[in-house]
Amino acid sequence: MTKAEIIETIYNKIGFSKKESADIVELVFDTIKETLEKGEKIKISGFGNFVVRTKKPRIGRNPQTGEEIEISARKVLTFRPSQVLKSALNKGRGEGV
Amino acid sequence: MNKSDLINILSQKAPHLSSKDMEIIVNTVFDSMSKALMTGHRIEIRGFGSFEIRVREPRVGRNPKSGHQVQIGTRRVPFFKVGKELRERINSDHS
Repeated sequence: MTKAEIIETIYNKIGFSKKESADIVELVFDTIKETLEKGEKIKISGFGNFVVRTKKPRIGRNPQTGEEIEISARKVLTFRPSQVLKSALNKGRGEGV
Repeated sequence: MNKSDLINILSQKAPHLSSKDMEIIVNTVFDSMSKALMTGHRIEIRGFGSFEIRVREPRVGRNPKSGHQVQIGTRRVPFFKVGKELRERINSDHS
């Protein structure tokens, strides 16, 4: 699935024009990106949480040369799926706990 | 920021839409993504990231309270990989 298919779903479901549907989907993702860029987390109930985490600098190693290098402090984005999504992915399999 | 905060901000940015419309839009976006993953499809949103299903092998776990061994079957878990643009934007104050 790509953004184009999400736009198509909005177009079919809401009755906006293609252009309006594309603009609004773009706005949704742009706003999420802006929020995460500020370091704020996004919690979408039923789907999951996007959290920006800070990583300290650490010593890494070039696996090819064995040379030690410092990996700088950085921020990473992690996604924690909600319990609802995790269960839905395993539904009908008698599992999912 | 939770989903209703997001809907409020989006409504301010697109004042021609009602917040009810915006709620339907945001729900539709995430519902369609959930459905794609449930049917085993990968999702790729340029500049944001991609989602795919990873299969966890069955393993023997332990109930941490009772210490009893339990069989944990094969599970499917969603995996998110951040896109290049967003990864760089998140780190922009470091570079």
